[in-house]
Amino acid sequence: MTGLERFQDAFLKPELIERYWPDIVSGIAVTLQIAVAVVVTGLALGLFLAVIRSYRIRLLNLPIIVFVDIFRALPPLVVILIVYFGLPNLGINIPGFAVLWLVLSLVLAAFAEEIFWSGIVSVRKGQWDAARSTGLDHWQTLTSVILPQAIRICVPPLTNRTIAVTKNTALGTVIGVGEIMNQGTSAMSLSGNATPLMMAAVAYVVIFVPVVALGSWIERRFAWKRA
Amino acid sequence: MSALLDVRGLRKSFGTTEILRGIDFSVAAQELVFVIGPSGSGKSTMLRCCNRLEEPTAGHVFVDGVDLMAKGTDINAMRRRIGMVFQAFNLYPHMTALGNVTLALRKVLGKGREEAEAIGIAALDRVGLKEKAGNYPSELSGGQQQRVAIARALSLEPKIMLFDEPTSALDPELVGAVLGVMRDLKEAGMTMVVVSHEMRFARDAADRIVFMADGQILEQGSPAEIFGNPQNPRTRDFVGELSR
Ligand SMILES: Nc1ncnc2c1ncn2[C@@H]1O[C@H](COP(=O)(O)OP(=O)(O)OP(=O)(O)O)[C@@H](O)[C@H]1O
Ligand SMILES: [Mg+2]
Repeated sequence: MTGLERFQDAFLKPELIERYWPDIVSGIAVTLQIAVAVVVTGLALGLFLAVIRSYRIRLLNLPIIVFVDIFRALPPLVVILIVYFGLPNLGINIPGFAVLWLVLSLVLAAFAEEIFWSGIVSVRKGQWDAARSTGLDHWQTLTSVILPQAIRICVPPLTNRTIAVTKNTALGTVIGVGEIMNQGTSAMSLSGNATPLMMAAVAYVVIFVPVVALGSWIERRFAWKRA
Repeated sequence: MSALLDVRGLRKSFGTTEILRGIDFSVAAQELVFVIGPSGSGKSTMLRCCNRLEEPTAGHVFVDGVDLMAKGTDINAMRRRIGMVFQAFNLYPHMTALGNVTLALRKVLGKGREEAEAIGIAALDRVGLKEKAGNYPSELSGGQQQRVAIARALSLEPKIMLFDEPTSALDPELVGAVLGVMRDLKEAGMTMVVVSHEMRFARDAADRIVFMADGQILEQGSPAEIFGNPQNPRTRDFVGELSR
């Protein structure tokens, strides 16, 4: 056997690809669904928290900051395991995919809040002054003047963080969610070959490269004319 | 003549430092009042208290007879009656000149796009920048940006305009056009409070000069009185420094 053949045998075995691609495809479907759900709820919750924080009401800000710091500090795996294996002891049973969605949404929300918030405070104070002096209220100023400028700054770090967090859908493996990684590892133990993992790797690339492209598209869309 | 702006016993502290220490002053309709004084004397803070961008610690501000501090006062409704122009222009960089001018018309006054744009174009025309309506702030000179900022305030038909050093961020050759616009406003009967170091402009356009130091008004009077014959030694020093 040549080196190339040996490599192919270990990582890209045609008959295994043929046997397992339906599993990987169903994994892609599950991963995509959870990832999209996580992105939507995570970013929306993060933005919502940053908006609340902009009102600078101490009673609300403290819990937001505590939440953000905790969820940025904890490895998502720890939270997933606690929720999935701990809550049933309290009589609360949440299906694995919901746990994955919930926990990753909270993690993404924590990071997104921090990114949105730093975007909001990076807009010069004079912008608030100008808008408020013409009679716009806090909400109008935020939505028409501050956020359009802030989000532009936020898009690159948000894209990175969103990809990083959604890649954690692979943690679904440990709680039996049938996403890509789970399909890949199951097939690997059945076949005793790394080919399914390679297929999983390709699947992740196929999913996330468009996300990166989408990020830079949004970045360009939010860039306004500059001389 | 009844005062259009009436400031009574105004005090403002930041933390434990008292920046404004009891300011009383009023501006009559159509009057142009110039506020001068050393850096840090509280001129900007005083001006910002006049539309509650800065929250006074004590005292009252009346605009057109309405107490801005009163509980029932809709401050956002009052603010569009009080135009403000800033040293740094503070135009919205993501909007065209026309977008800058029409934002409050649409959001605050609830005007439709067409009506807002007609008013906006008219306001830009007043400051001589109608043809720049579609330009973004980054495509305008500092002087043009400041005139757009003036148009933004004007479009709301304010009763009074507050200017905080409107020309100090400008290159000298751009100052004239902005002062020209302010002169036109004065002629059109606008009531104005101007914090500025443009002494030539003060001399020939102001009705009254107010001299502030250490958070208090030390002296006020006509330009001739303040520049020609200041009574307070601090005024004398300050005016002397300026004219040197
Ligand atoms: N938000 C703030 N927090 C704390 N201190 C402030 C704040 N704003 C102003 N000050 C202080 O209040 C004092 C008066 O400031 P202000 O800007 O009103 O002075 P000014 O007369 O406008 O000065 P200048 O001519 O330099 O613009 C200064 O000592 C300044 O440091
Ligand atoms: Mg100032």
